[in-house]
Amino acid sequence: MRALTAVYAATTLVHLSPVDIAIVVFYFALVLAIGLYLKGRTQTGEDFFLAGREMSAWIAGLSFLSANLGSLELMGWAAAAYQYGILATHWYWIGAIPAMLFLGLVMMPFYYISKTHSVPGYLKLRFGEPSRALAAISFAFMTVLMSGINMYSMALVMKVVLGWNINFSIWVSSLTVAVYVALGGLRSAIFNEVLQFVLIWAGALLVPILGLIDAGGWTALQLRIAHNASAEFTHLWSTLGSFSNNPMGIHWTGIVFGLGWVISFGYWTTDFLVVQRVLAAKDLRAAKMAPIIGAAFKMMVPFIVILPGLLALAVLPFKLTGETAALATGGHSYNEVLPLMLARYCGPGLLGLGITALMAGFMSGMAGNVSAFTTVWTYDIYRALIRTNASDKHYVDMGRWCTVLGVLISVGTAYLVMQFASIMDYVQALFATFIAPLFGTVLLGMLWKRTTSAGGFWGLLLGTLSSIGMWGWVKMDPSALRYVALSPHARFMAEDMYRALWSWMACVVVTVIVSYLTKPPAVAELTGLVYGVTPLPSEAHVAIYKRPAFWAVVIAVVFVALNVIFW
Amino acid sequence: MLSRTRISIWFFIGLSLLVNGGLILAAGVYEVANPPQHPVILFNLHASIWWGGLLFLLGIFYSYHFAPARAGDKQPSRPPAPRGDTHAEC
Repeated sequence: MRALTAVYAATTLVHLSPVDIAIVVFYFALVLAIGLYLKGRTQTGEDFFLAGREMSAWIAGLSFLSANLGSLELMGWAAAAYQYGILATHWYWIGAIPAMLFLGLVMMPFYYISKTHSVPGYLKLRFGEPSRALAAISFAFMTVLMSGINMYSMALVMKVVLGWNINFSIWVSSLTVAVYVALGGLRSAIFNEVLQFVLIWAGALLVPILGLIDAGGWTALQLRIAHNASAEFTHLWSTLGSFSNNPMGIHWTGIVFGLGWVISFGYWTTDFLVVQRVLAAKDLRAAKMAPIIGAAFKMMVPFIVILPGLLALAVLPFKLTGETAALATGGHSYNEVLPLMLARYCGPGLLGLGITALMAGFMSGMAGNVSAFTTVWTYDIYRALIRTNASDKHYVDMGRWCTVLGVLISVGTAYLVMQFASIMDYVQALFATFIAPLFGTVLLGMLWKRTTSAGGFWGLLLGTLSSIGMWGWVKMDPSALRYVALSPHARFMAEDMYRALWSWMACVVVTVIVSYLTKPPAVAELTGLVYGVTPLPSEAHVAIYKRPAFWAVVIAVVFVALNVIFW
Repeated sequence: MLSRTRISIWFFIGLSLLVNGGLILAAGVYEVANPPQHPVILFNLHASIWWGGLLFLLGIFYSYHFAPARAGDKQPSRPPAPRGDTHAEC
């Protein structure tokens, strides 16, 4: 990894003009100013950890989506589109939209009515302290690790694209995030995420627009991709009948059941990083609308992430390769596709805005991780297990210090990743599969009143262990992938999908068996937590066009139409 | 937003669009007057001018519409709303 950065140091993709630098500097000044301004409005624990629960549906929805637009999301999926074609869009459509709508319509009422501060907090209310402790500790550990990986990814991109010193990038960006989150808490993170969301679109939208003009329109783009790569690269579903017929080496069952069901529903409905934003909504209707608004914008993200990857296949006069080959030949790697396209079309000023958009994406992802870590640490670990009876002010102070500490640990993780590049892959795999069993636990807890505390705990524990076990099995014996993914033609992208599916099933089976073997909970204990015993507010008096269900149907129709159009 | 001590997030966004759009527009105009030696692809479309101009106009609208003073003037005598029932951010 050091060799990689040393080589990249010699050549940079773009050179910023004074106007570009002014735009980047203004961005940093503005996010810090927002943090300073919001400090005065952040006095109580409710303010710091839940943004006062006063966000409108739009703010919560845009923040919900922005927290997900981290470094791996922007750079990684543009690179994946170059490598695998339009198949990468599945991670934005079937891998997100149904789950986001399900969160808004089905799960949000229970999160919101229970007045929980966090997803582990919901598990405490539903299953008791052991389940909360298991989920909280796992989440805190993985989140801070992911934050470091995001940070390192950003620093590496700045090194490659701009030639910036990697230490400078890591410390400047991380300290900026630490300052504005520590000052204003979740409210500051949310404000900045909405700003970052707008900047991401303002900075990245020109590339697909100009790229399509350059390529001669969508039909001409398809022809060029068929010539330069393969016609399969522009089809979403028609090549998924067999593992060997598509660039990803994946089958439609993996996409639908592994990605579209377990991984997607697990991430979007139980990962506290995103759910926290919706918990800050001002009322239940806003909390239900926020994920639906997020879903509408999520459907459009492929336009600024996937399309540039496809356009690069058509218009770049050279081929991109893997990092090792790029190092050996002095060429460019897949991961550089987005900056390369920016440099191709964007002159002074626009380039600065594009680079700011990338940095905004990195920082919103990092702030999302740090604020979620801070809340889970303070409420679900520190207050639950270490100091149970302190004042509200004490917990706010702890949250502020924990923000700084979380960022410092993330910085340490970033340097750790530098030494062991493969850690990135390992942690992503573990992270993806950890949330699969958590989804099984939360889903059964919300929808099946017979689920017991023991069932929830053992299902979560054994589901997680089964996931880690399968991951270790394939690491020790790569040929085991044929058993996990059910085909000798399966490639690594299929592994996560099927491992998630099996671990979710393990969690559900164990939860059901243990629940039937243990005493059912009293119905009175489940009010406000479980479907069927929780009175939900009627929406009969609300105009139909203001109902979340109406907009969910609209988005579902568009979602189906898009999949058919790009079949 | 409704209290004179609160600034809407949309004002910050307007400010950002205003400054960034203005800088990009100015850079675009400068490039038209002084064409670069190595122009970007599709330089002839002058994306900096129309994109920068669009952001600048949006910035003017949001900065003005959500300006703290203007929001405060609109609600001079309104009593503070109870917590959790405000629409303070948009």
